[in-house]
Amino acid sequence: MMNDTEASLNARPEQVVYANILEKGMLFGLILVVVTYILYVLGVIKPFVSMDTIVASWTLNVHDYLHKLHIEPGWAWLFMLGYGDFLNFVGIALLAGVTVVCFLAVIPVLLKQGDRLYALLAFLEVAILSLAASGLLGTGGH
Amino acid sequence: MKSIHKAIGIGVSAICMGLLLDCAVFAESAQQAVQSSSGYGWWIWPVLLFVVTFVMGIAAVLGGVGGGVLFVPIISGFFPFHLDFVRGAGLLVALAGALAAGPGLLKMNLASLRLAMPVALIASAFSIIGAMVGLALPTKIVQIALGGTIIGICILMLTAKKSEFPEVDKPDWISAALQMNGVYQEATTGQIVHWQIHRTWQGLLLFIAVGLMAGMFGLGAGWANVPILNLLMGAPLKISVATSKFLLSITDTSAAWIYLNNGCVIPLIVVPSLIGIMLGSFVGVRLLRVAKPTVVRWIVIGMLAFAGLRALHKGIFG
Repeated sequence: MMNDTEASLNARPEQVVYANILEKGMLFGLILVVVTYILYVLGVIKPFVSMDTIVASWTLNVHDYLHKLHIEPGWAWLFMLGYGDFLNFVGIALLAGVTVVCFLAVIPVLLKQGDRLYALLAFLEVAILSLAASGLLGTGGH
Repeated sequence: MKSIHKAIGIGVSAICMGLLLDCAVFAESAQQAVQSSSGYGWWIWPVLLFVVTFVMGIAAVLGGVGGGVLFVPIISGFFPFHLDFVRGAGLLVALAGALAAGPGLLKMNLASLRLAMPVALIASAFSIIGAMVGLALPTKIVQIALGGTIIGICILMLTAKKSEFPEVDKPDWISAALQMNGVYQEATTGQIVHWQIHRTWQGLLLFIAVGLMAGMFGLGAGWANVPILNLLMGAPLKISVATSKFLLSITDTSAAWIYLNNGCVIPLIVVPSLIGIMLGSFVGVRLLRVAKPTVVRWIVIGMLAFAGLRALHKGIFG
């Protein structure tokens, strides 16, 4: 039998759930980022914008860059996944999205422990991150 | 033995510094060559970014700072990319580092989810506002503010003290209500440390500023998180460092989405930087055993100050 101090040395259940999901999501995201980037730079999948055009345009601010290269901001990349450059966004979005999944997963664990205050905090965090990810807060820069 | 460590530290630092400066000078000449349609192909950029961020990753670990705080000032100072894209990449670089470290720190119970959640809520909400303001402001203003912030970070790094086990006699009512406390075992001594925090509302107020700056400049905010958690709120140093690293994965996520949705993410810049800095960090951790971190820390502060002054110069004189 563990005493109270020994037991509290271990991470709390919601923390373990969070860590496990974060670990899997992060690994999967990183692998996707690397694989899609290799496909992109080796030219296996044709890009929407050529490399030379990107290099000649990245001194512009984001507004002029998007305008010049005819790129739609926001979630429009989802409809361009056939292109090597936009395919990279799958892994990047996964890395940026895994935290939302982690917080969603800990809500039931916290509620089960009767920790309604932290469940509310987790819910609010999901709401904030989802709002940021939604694109509702404006797109296109400058 | 000490002098050998010192020599290795100075050697590593000199190589890091030399490589970074060489690459920076090369980056400027390469962009000129690209603009005049001669010389180097596009592939030079990911290679150059990989080399620079790899060295940066080593320097960051040895200097005790996050990669994100080095990335934005150095890359925006010496590479031709517009600040919009550097900030987008900087956030993703810091985010990837925090995501990679997060699971281990949480499982070891060094990063505390209970401590991080209330703080993260504030920092992530304000990093969204910071990102939106940063993208709305003219680049010159952001560049000047970035330069000023980097100089401020250098001063903070030079002057801030650390307290391994701050004394917290009594938790305040917020931290008591939120049960922002915990227990961990100090691996070096086997000592079991019970920790609690105080001055919670003051800390939460400061995290508003941290979130704003992280979003506006695309910087990781470990340089600010650790002093607030450790010196102001009274969390033990190890808990502060680990929770700060984990916290970045939440704060930077919200700001990263704003930059991503605004089109500020160019994979050709982001991916080699992300891989370079992560691999560099792995090597840095190994070098930490033989190098003398104090010397490297001075060099890192010097590099940051130089990059900060360059950002100020770019902002003022264009």
